[in-house]
Amino acid sequence: MDFKNSLFMYLLGILVGAFVIAQSLYFLVKAVRRGRQLGISGAVIRRTITSSAVFAVLPSVSILLGLITLSNTLGLPLPWIRLSVLGAVTYELPAATVALNAIGESIAAPVSSPAAFNTVAWVMTLGCITPLIIIPLFLKKILGGVNNLRKKDSHWGDLFLTAMFLGMISAFLGMGISDGLLSILTLLTSAALMGICGIFVKVKKVKWLENFALPISMLGAMALAILYANLLPAHLLPAALWD
Amino acid sequence: MNPEKEYGVQVHAYGRAWMLAALAVMLLVPVSMCIYFGVWPSPLDVAAGLLGVAPIYWVVCSIEVFTYAPMLGSGGTYLAFVTGNITNLKAPAAINAMEAAKVKPGSEEGEVISTIAIATTSIVTTIILAAGVFLFVQMEPILSARALKPAFKMILPALFGGLSVVYISKNWKLAIAPLAVMIALFIAVPSLASSVSVLVPVGAIIAIGTARLLYKKGLV
Repeated sequence: MDFKNSLFMYLLGILVGAFVIAQSLYFLVKAVRRGRQLGISGAVIRRTITSSAVFAVLPSVSILLGLITLSNTLGLPLPWIRLSVLGAVTYELPAATVALNAIGESIAAPVSSPAAFNTVAWVMTLGCITPLIIIPLFLKKILGGVNNLRKKDSHWGDLFLTAMFLGMISAFLGMGISDGLLSILTLLTSAALMGICGIFVKVKKVKWLENFALPISMLGAMALAILYANLLPAHLLPAALWD
Repeated sequence: MNPEKEYGVQVHAYGRAWMLAALAVMLLVPVSMCIYFGVWPSPLDVAAGLLGVAPIYWVVCSIEVFTYAPMLGSGGTYLAFVTGNITNLKAPAAINAMEAAKVKPGSEEGEVISTIAIATTSIVTTIILAAGVFLFVQMEPILSARALKPAFKMILPALFGGLSVVYISKNWKLAIAPLAVMIALFIAVPSLASSVSVLVPVGAIIAIGTARLLYKKGLV
């Protein structure tokens, strides 16, 4: 069997996947127990789990597409491992490209030897390792500062955190709006669908919809993006849309 | 020790332990590959590869920690930064869950709900990736179908369009300035789209500045 897709690599992938599941379950159980102590109802906790699980499906499939993109060059297990731990295709693809270029190979062709394969694995791993060092050292201090802010003036503390969320949303909205007509139409469709869900929740009192409004808006907007892409003239579409 | 303080101390203790374990697992992968394949890469090749990505990604990753940690809370941060995919999955999932549960980010209830959302999404992603790998032959033709390409290329506008309605409609006074600056910036320099992670803290600083100004004037 080809070294990239050897049984050993699959076993490493299973080990990493099991680690991520174990850590997630540990944090989930701890948070649920603390939630009960705080008086958060079982119904709210169940709804949070269900809606987060549903919400995660489409972005996860998108991550899987990133894995497929990398699989031609690196096989399946290494991209699987890298996208499971501290991974994002926006980082892994450039990291693999740069590493392969540095050793005279290309992302467009399967990696040629175990030596080149190991070089890429090291670059992909070390290139994104900083949070695992920074967080254990500084997280307590960062969050201590935010807590002090809230203790001193709770209204300003709330505004501060809301402003941080809005900063993130603004950056992604700005990017979406500047990215051409298809992107704008998709944004507006998702926003409109969310608005419609909001009306059903607030006016028609369809309470269950509240937890699924975001996945529904996303799915609807993505489905309509296919329609828009087929209706819009080619010169108004992003260059590599169909690649 | 009161329960709140006890939970806070515990989260940092086990969070750090898991983070160090994750560091060990991450490094174990290339180390064991080198041992298994019997070949170690040239340090110069690794350094040359790292030179192309590390200066940018080490800075971006560090900025992301300081930007997202206050939003995600301690448990959420320890978990999200191990499992990755923060901007396109974990942070939106946490925001959406806190909004739906009507809890405030930064409060202990917010911390709990954010952690539950991030843990759930991490499990779902891990299962979907594993299913994709083991059912690759069956799933690849469907997922890579040309007809579906626009849907997955537009996943971020589809995600942030819906999310923004909730947040901006509730906080429109705070949203106007960062939104206007970000739209102007991306229209003026479209190539910035590839550096959106760096612009998240810029948007946050503008939003915090605006919030402070409005707060001082008693308008929010």
